[in-house]
Amino acid sequence: MIDTVELAAKTPDQSQPWDELGLKADEYQRIRDILGRRPTNAELAMYSVMWSEHCSYKSSKVHLRQFGDKAPQSDALLVGMGQNAGVVDIGHGYAVTFKIESHNHPSYVEPYQGAATGVGGIVRDILAMGARPVAVMDSLRFGPLDADDTHRVLPGVVAGVGGYGNCLGLPNIGGEVVFDPSYAANPLVNALCVGVMKHDDIHLANATGVGNKVVLFGARTGGDGIGGASILASESFDDTKPSKRPAVQVGDPFMEKVLIECCLELFGAQVVEAIQDLGAAGISCATSELASNGDGGMYVQLEKVLLRDPSLTPGEIMMSESQERMMGIVTPENLDAFLAITARWDVETAVIGEVTGTGRLIIDWHGETIVDVDPRTVAHDGPVYERPFARPPWQDELQAAGPEGLARPSSGDELRGTLLRLLASPNLASKAWITDQYDRYVLGNTVLAQPEDAGVLRIDESTGLGVAIATDGNGRYAKLDPYTGAQLALAEAYRNVATTGARPLAVTDGLNFGSPEDPAVMWQFAEAIRGLADGCQALGTPVTGGNVSLYNQTGDTAILPTAIVGVLGVLDDVARRTPQGFRESGQVVYLLGETRDEFGGSEWAWAEHGHLGGRPPSVDLAAERELAEILVNASRDGLIDAAHDLSDGGLAIALVESVLRYGVGARVWVPDGLDPFVFLFSESQARAIVVVPRSEEVRFTDMCSARRFPHQRIGMVDDGGVLDVQGQFVVPVDELRAAHESTLSSTFEA
Amino acid sequence: MRIGVVTFPGSLDDRDAARAVRVAGGEAVSLWHGDADLHGVDAVVLPGGFSYGDYLRCGAIARFAPVMEPLVDAARGGLPVLGICNGFQVLCESHLLPGALIRNDHRKFVCRDQPLRVENTATAWTSGYAAGQQIVIPLKNGEGGYVADDRTLDELEAEGRVVVRYAGDNPNGSYRDIAGVTNARGNVVGLMPHPEHAVESLTGPTTDGLGFFTSVLEGLVRS
Repeated sequence: MIDTVELAAKTPDQSQPWDELGLKADEYQRIRDILGRRPTNAELAMYSVMWSEHCSYKSSKVHLRQFGDKAPQSDALLVGMGQNAGVVDIGHGYAVTFKIESHNHPSYVEPYQGAATGVGGIVRDILAMGARPVAVMDSLRFGPLDADDTHRVLPGVVAGVGGYGNCLGLPNIGGEVVFDPSYAANPLVNALCVGVMKHDDIHLANATGVGNKVVLFGARTGGDGIGGASILASESFDDTKPSKRPAVQVGDPFMEKVLIECCLELFGAQVVEAIQDLGAAGISCATSELASNGDGGMYVQLEKVLLRDPSLTPGEIMMSESQERMMGIVTPENLDAFLAITARWDVETAVIGEVTGTGRLIIDWHGETIVDVDPRTVAHDGPVYERPFARPPWQDELQAAGPEGLARPSSGDELRGTLLRLLASPNLASKAWITDQYDRYVLGNTVLAQPEDAGVLRIDESTGLGVAIATDGNGRYAKLDPYTGAQLALAEAYRNVATTGARPLAVTDGLNFGSPEDPAVMWQFAEAIRGLADGCQALGTPVTGGNVSLYNQTGDTAILPTAIVGVLGVLDDVARRTPQGFRESGQVVYLLGETRDEFGGSEWAWAEHGHLGGRPPSVDLAAERELAEILVNASRDGLIDAAHDLSDGGLAIALVESVLRYGVGARVWVPDGLDPFVFLFSESQARAIVVVPRSEEVRFTDMCSARRFPHQRIGMVDDGGVLDVQGQFVVPVDELRAAHESTLSSTFEA
Repeated sequence: MRIGVVTFPGSLDDRDAARAVRVAGGEAVSLWHGDADLHGVDAVVLPGGFSYGDYLRCGAIARFAPVMEPLVDAARGGLPVLGICNGFQVLCESHLLPGALIRNDHRKFVCRDQPLRVENTATAWTSGYAAGQQIVIPLKNGEGGYVADDRTLDELEAEGRVVVRYAGDNPNGSYRDIAGVTNARGNVVGLMPHPEHAVESLTGPTTDGLGFFTSVLEGLVRS
């Protein structure tokens, strides 16, 4: 028997499975108070998913407010946080929308489908803003490279990211991959999508206009992903519970590709007033968010939803997270034109309801009312927790155990050996085995892609307008100091974008942490947000949106606090972009920025000594800004032919990557007064190497001097086929390449 | 000169192919899979992608699209047709070209800048290259292993119908390193690598792919 509103009013004492749906006792009571009766089964399903951590941000909301409160003044922001994705003005009437989103838990349970649908979900978010999706990136974290479970998870995740993105025809232009024991059993799969539109094309998810039709189109609704948000994303894994496989969605990228083209044609024909993708919490989320963002009322006949499985109950239909579905608001006059376009693309479409002025979201099932709620109470007025947070007692000890006592290489031979081992270490080794499974060419606008510092896209062929995007996030730094660690992630992504010659404009963030119920984790989270919000203010780059993923932990062990930061920048003339690779013999290599003895949280300490302790490198956002301006101006004025930011592994790793790109050689000398080891491997921030043609050397150094920015002439590009660190060691380029490129392929091809 | 580019549901490189036609100096004309009309174009490109989701078998459903009916007739009558990647698979399924494309031997999708050797410069799409010329253009596929029985392969070799061959490492297990073949008449060419992604120095690893498009345009002007 169907549980109706009428029945619920008459049977207040009927027991309900609120616990199994992930609600707490006080939350269930609050739902009863709001409704003045017990919820129907369908209402209970709806509240349980919408009030889950994943959908409601109940633990993070109080902290996330800082992104708004501290937002720097920016003329570039057209749509801020709260919509499907933020929108940034890049000039010439173009706008770009971009966002990062996590699909961590599903990717552990079912690596291929979890990762694939992670890409699919973020692409639909971008599409729902009215934009054509033009590229994706992926930020991945796995357990140790040699762990058995990594061999189950990584190939599946990579095949899923590739399988879905390649089939959608979106180039994958960058991202990162990091291995750390804390991610064993808690891999992170964060996918970023970027889309492009004209200013006039921006669409919002607001259901306005009483009498307008609510249209559900795309794939049919099935039994996959039921309760995905509440069950998977909002709880820690626990061996004692049954397999969660049915809660993972299954993707069909072909359907999504058709849906993209269909939606873009609908936008072009101006026959859709508002649009929202169906992701977490499916129809429950789309109806309640569209209604509460608009005129406030909506009437839906749920039996009109097209089903893949006719046995689904109304509650299941409302919770299903079947992929590749969109909900549009269409005026009655435009409905025929709308249906003609969906028919041309063979996209199944059902008119399931209309916008009302009642202020209520009412859902009927074959003539009986099963939902009657104020949509705001579902979508916006969920619980808000001020979770206790406290600096963990072990933090002081961790910071006190610095890398100072670790044995350092000193002779040339020892430095050479250190370099070759670091180059082959999992975090610094070439990721080509992974990225070669991603199409980086499709759409024909990819100007730079991995392993470049940032992905660069041409946006407009006639003006040469382009954008650059980079993602970064160093969980080890953040473990040592979450406030600084989040700023370091921001600084690195910002620097990477500027390295290609792009002016950084805006930020998206993927915040991945352990359980918010642990005060130590909550402290990491609060500190990271405070750091990121302060950093964005200092750099003038507002946060436009992003994602929070909590409960990334097994038992009491949380992952490294991992704030992944994506920065978007703009290039007025994309032909001016600065690539990473050294190419022309005789050009001069300059090191920009100050090198200090900073090894806390470094790749060297970790890879060579398994050590994590001390303080992360210091942050100087004013210096980052200055460096970015030098890199952007030098690119615009044609003063440099190549540039590479310095980060994990320091100068030595950057030099090798730049040399390997085109297989040239380089001669480098250690500046007076600098220890060779510190010179080669320190992870001091706000640094980059640039290659300057001799004809531009005076202009370039004059520019740095005028800005009082440290710059040192440290080497020359040559065609000798070796990296020669003079007075220390010489390594043939072939040997560097063998060390750099064999780690992943020998692991996964064995 | 008007060159048609077919869009099937799931075509991905159709806009890239159209751009390559324009960069080469031609006019690109969109052709829709459901429209059984070639609209008087002088040549056709079947672009890369995953037509109809590659369900059943790559190219197996696209072969029955309405646009393929006039296309197959026109190709048999000498119309220049270039199938790239998924387009190559469609041409094999349509029996305009011999052989088939199967899953890469290493079972992964591969995207790389691929060195190739142009072996046949007598086709409509390769006349602008020098025989034996080495070029580098992107390769990106999951099912790019070219297979055929020995007799067919021997025949292709004897008649010089292997158009391009992989140079260096074979990226997908294709028999005899075959990257592209042509029909007996030389007007229909199927290629696994993507010349449309190598037509501009800004976005391609080289501009080596442009020759496929300029070749057909020059041939059309001459005739």
